[in-house]
Amino acid sequence: MSKEAPVYGLLAEFDTPEDLIQAVRRARAAGYRKMDAYTPFPVEQLSEELDFHHSALPLIVLIGGLVGCAGGFFLQYWISAIDYPLNIGGRPFNSWPAFIPVTFEMTILIAALSAVLGMLGLNGLPMPYHPLFNCPRFALASRNRFFLCIESVDQNFDREATLKFLSELNSKGVSEVAGE
Amino acid sequence: MSQEIIGPGHTYATVTDKISAIVLTRKWSRHWLLGFGISFVFVMLLMVAITYLLVKGIGIWGVNVPVGWGFAIVNFVWWIGIGHAGTLISAILLLLRQEWRTSINRFAEAMTLFAVACAGLFPLLHLGRPWFGYWLIPYPSTMNVWPQFRSPLVWDVFAVSTYLTVSLLFWFVGLIPDLATLRDRASGRLGRIIYGILAMGWRGSAIHWHRYDIAYLLLAGLATPLVVSVHTVVSFDFAVGIVPGWHSTIFPPYFVAGAIYSGFAMVMVLAIPIRAAYGLEDFITMRHLQNMAKVMLATGLIVAYGYLMETFISWYSANQFERYLTLNRWTGPYGPIYWALIIFNILIPQALWFKRARTSVISLWLIALAVNIGMWLERFVIVVTSLHRDFLPSSWGMYYPTIWDWSTYFGTIGLFLALLFLFLRFLPVISIFEMRTLVEKTEAQ
Repeated sequence: MSKEAPVYGLLAEFDTPEDLIQAVRRARAAGYRKMDAYTPFPVEQLSEELDFHHSALPLIVLIGGLVGCAGGFFLQYWISAIDYPLNIGGRPFNSWPAFIPVTFEMTILIAALSAVLGMLGLNGLPMPYHPLFNCPRFALASRNRFFLCIESVDQNFDREATLKFLSELNSKGVSEVAGE
Repeated sequence: MSQEIIGPGHTYATVTDKISAIVLTRKWSRHWLLGFGISFVFVMLLMVAITYLLVKGIGIWGVNVPVGWGFAIVNFVWWIGIGHAGTLISAILLLLRQEWRTSINRFAEAMTLFAVACAGLFPLLHLGRPWFGYWLIPYPSTMNVWPQFRSPLVWDVFAVSTYLTVSLLFWFVGLIPDLATLRDRASGRLGRIIYGILAMGWRGSAIHWHRYDIAYLLLAGLATPLVVSVHTVVSFDFAVGIVPGWHSTIFPPYFVAGAIYSGFAMVMVLAIPIRAAYGLEDFITMRHLQNMAKVMLATGLIVAYGYLMETFISWYSANQFERYLTLNRWTGPYGPIYWALIIFNILIPQALWFKRARTSVISLWLIALAVNIGMWLERFVIVVTSLHRDFLPSSWGMYYPTIWDWSTYFGTIGLFLALLFLFLRFLPVISIFEMRTLVEKTEAQ
């Protein structure tokens, strides 16, 4: 690596999601691994092309739901049958059918919280600062442009060679992203 | 043209610019200030009504034995029902891949949140001593007392608070990418900081989008049974009691249908002026309005079936109290309200069978308004006529709402509208990233 100012990576800009998918494919073929694509709306194929297949999120939500379900039911069971038994119209203390609505609501509540917090946590959000925000063109990633960033931590990364590689793709321009 | 869900010639950039401009570059309009100002006056009225209630107690309302529920519960059920359309549009129509939902889901979800917030006020105020409201939540208190989980009123606490939380999460998750758009496009420093904090550093990474899509779909899958459960639990408040007219198994489905009915009507009442005021006819097209009209017609027929079955069962049950209840609804002191309900809720919406009524913005708006009034009258009939004459004639009585009942009710309408005006001013009223997806899909075809 050179002695110049540190770079986070090189950012290539594309007009359409198809061009970006092509670019990701060719970058992977060229041996690049540490890269990410940025789009203004979800493009399903991209995560596949970036070799990201399985997310832990569904499992987190399932566990959250089960915890909510069991926790909700046993909270009511423990309160109504053990800690504070009340005779309501001669019903059994563990009158489980009456506990179903709250059990259901707790299942949904904890599962939904796990889905949102899990998604944010796995994505490393909130993250107010990121080197990509140093690049003025990157603001268009939330409007109408599609970006591919090859990061400087990639072992094949070389400022000149990677710049040349990205410029030869069907891109609308390549810019350097300052590090730190 | 009328069959399209997005006007011709739109690109990623134009949908982004057009929707974000409503928030970012539009000047404070006189109409907005006027609308917000009037709503705010009603918020102040609500404040006065609540303050006086806290000072004097719920004796300032018209409630007394035998009608202990009155406006508080009528309004609670009405507001909760209105909220349901938002979740239905955002969750169920998402799972059913109804792409036309895209331009109306954001503000329908906002409407849900504000409606549930208004709804939640009523049972809380109706407690009599609202400052002890937290007794409904199970926590290890020094009094060693726990809530009684066999009561639908406790179920209600869980159902409504879960509903509010999940609706808020769903809405906020949907907003994150759009907040990032606003952050990147805001010209002022303050806007960049506030939207930046709210966007939490979203940068549209493909991997993030992948997890985001999963989370959004799972939330939709969780919200779908939730929305059905909420009004079911609300109907249990009635159906579990043995009061004539309440103790009926038809309550849960007919409450849920009624909720969707009134919710779509409220979306229509709001969408028609908003699309005109902000020039969003390209995004909220006649096709959207027609689809919503059809949903209203279908759910309205389910509600009509509910009324019919209630009447039939009261005769078929051969129970003198049930039979008297129906006669009392028709011819008793609250009879005119029942017939007004039939006119507003059943007769007027039949106009939606005709294409001319479905394609005229004014007739749609008036019909939707009629449905909202009708659904409010329905809740009044259910709550008040059942309670005011039950088993023992010596304990019959009448309920007359006082000025404080009306002030609280109109105050919450003001609160709802004020929150909606703030939402229109500060957040994108249509989901921008989903509109970009829609542009992508319509281009591909």
